[in-house]
Amino acid sequence: MAKNTLYDKVWDAHVVTRLPTGQYQLFIGLHLTHEVTTPQAFDMLEERGLGVAYLDRTVATVDHIIPTDSMARPYADEQAEAMMAALETNAKRHNLNFFDFASGRQGIVHVIGPELGLVHPGMTVACGDSHTATHGAFGTLAFGIGTSQVRDVLASQCLSVDPLRVRRIEIGGALRPGVEPKDVTLHVIRRLGVKGGIGYAYEYAGSVIESMSMEGRMTVCNMAIEGGARVGYVNPDETTFDYLRGREYAPDESAWDGAVTHWKSMASDADAQYDDLVRMDGADIAPTVTWGITPGQSVGVGEPLPAVEEFEEADRPTVERAYAHMDLRPGQKMTEVPVDVVFIGSCTNSRLSDLRAAAEIAKKGTVAARVKAIVVPGSQQVKAQAEEEGLDDVFRAAGFEWRNAGCSMCLGMNPDKLVGRQISASTSNRNFIGRQGSAEGRTLLMSPPMAAAAAIEGRVTDVRELA
Amino acid sequence: MSELGVSSISGTAIAIHGNDIDTDRVIPARYLKAITFSELGRYPFQDERFEPDGTAREHPFNRDECRGAKLLFVNENFGCGSSREHAPQCLRQWGIEAVVGVSFGEIFAGNCEMIGVPAVRARPEDMVRLQAAADADPSIEFTVDLDAMRITGGNETVELEMPENRRRSLREGHWDTTGILVGNAPTVREVYERLPYTSGYR
Ligand code: SF4
Repeated sequence: MAKNTLYDKVWDAHVVTRLPTGQYQLFIGLHLTHEVTTPQAFDMLEERGLGVAYLDRTVATVDHIIPTDSMARPYADEQAEAMMAALETNAKRHNLNFFDFASGRQGIVHVIGPELGLVHPGMTVACGDSHTATHGAFGTLAFGIGTSQVRDVLASQCLSVDPLRVRRIEIGGALRPGVEPKDVTLHVIRRLGVKGGIGYAYEYAGSVIESMSMEGRMTVCNMAIEGGARVGYVNPDETTFDYLRGREYAPDESAWDGAVTHWKSMASDADAQYDDLVRMDGADIAPTVTWGITPGQSVGVGEPLPAVEEFEEADRPTVERAYAHMDLRPGQKMTEVPVDVVFIGSCTNSRLSDLRAAAEIAKKGTVAARVKAIVVPGSQQVKAQAEEEGLDDVFRAAGFEWRNAGCSMCLGMNPDKLVGRQISASTSNRNFIGRQGSAEGRTLLMSPPMAAAAAIEGRVTDVRELA
Repeated sequence: MSELGVSSISGTAIAIHGNDIDTDRVIPARYLKAITFSELGRYPFQDERFEPDGTAREHPFNRDECRGAKLLFVNENFGCGSSREHAPQCLRQWGIEAVVGVSFGEIFAGNCEMIGVPAVRARPEDMVRLQAAADADPSIEFTVDLDAMRITGGNETVELEMPENRRRSLREGHWDTTGILVGNAPTVREVYERLPYTSGYR
């Protein structure tokens, strides 16, 4: 049993009671909602004559279905329009704090929560989206939930949950040049597997994580779920506090010292006990690319693709299926693989630091002739800041399209989709078959600079070798 | 809410083979755009069942003999990925009442419970035998027994597992938690008032 970890402390502070089923009722400090997983939940609330219990702990935005080229209403896609209208109606009816397009604060739910200063260390967070673990970067327990649970949180501000075990993942040493937080998180999943985290909360720690920016930590925590872990978190430190200071919903100066004292008290103690400990060395991590159909099927960009026999027998059918779907072969190098589409965006990699890193590479050339490359900032605020720095001009000059904020080509719910067998270099988090909107489409996950390099070269490229 | 508990489910079974079958494969994102769950029963494994032009492919969910199946037999980490409740909803509406597999994506397993569908675990080698039996003869009736925690059918009797809390909530019909959670509102208020961030750390 873990003891004195951030997980234990946040859990203890939020337990309401033990339920007759043996599960625990956990208070949720921040409920982030969006258009896709709420309409049915609001309907169920209404059927039962219930309202939203804690409006001050609930916010809404729109991200999955919105087109990123034109925001003109009504949307061309009738279903998307209906979904948006349903959220607008529910937001109005229940008086929700709704960050819509007109607010100037709209964006991917996991980008705006932190950027608005809504997410504080020591909180519990829930959202009807599996990448809610992103908010763990602030030292929170952040749960991705389904629609019936969204209903529960709306109605009671609580979830019924079972406790998790805690695994500390310590990444020591330092990263080599050209290695990004995305590579760290892909590397962890490759090492521990896509089911290695089932039953665990992941505590990411060690010098690599400690020296990482908040945006980098969000990228790492974002993909905890891809490793099977329900939540992932980083202990809060000065980097966390500096990020929050001055943000719209962060504590103001008069309350600041008290807040920081509380936040520090929620971190894991030096003598905390864990259910499991894994150590890795930052120097072992290379720019990493997925080649298969799960986020765990990845290689360092220079490595040959693995033989089927290198995998455990039970996993071989999935590996074979991956090679067949991707039309790749063991022994091949990813740098031989041409790409059709490049997508820089998603809740994993659409923040300012991601766009800056990609723009540095975009300055080195122009998008290859047959490649379609789009850059989709994670929020309206990220977009505005990037434009202030002139990043949009850098991207446009290099031949990238510059879009409005949304989930875009991370998943096939809006007009940005792969077509047919197209293969994309994508900074998103899932390479599942069909994920990017075409049943035949293929996805290679990588970091923003690697994706930008792929756009310029027209094939997967080791960003460190780009002159 | 007072549902009747689920203690056993009997019916024929359908086997879907492979580890790490994610919820995007169970139901592609483009079917998530409906604002009700009511039509979802048409879409399980849509992209695997049909060619892009709509022609049916060889797939267990397209087999006539499999129609009416109530049990789904799967392997490891089934339902990983997206939190979409649409995944268990579409299976349930197609007719699946219980999923038996080696392991499940955690959010998927929780979502199954929330709608009263047991997601129960069996050992890998037992799962392979159960799947082979269902593939060979789709008319075999299996029974998942949540009291004895075992599945029987054909020549097979296999021990099952699931977290005890989940089993209890399904057995006792407590899977719809809203009523219970709302019932504790006074204690929730106490926790809310105790947490420093709800009052701006003052
Ligand atoms: S960007 Fe992708 S993973 Fe993130 S919330 Fe949107 S759809 Fe989900």
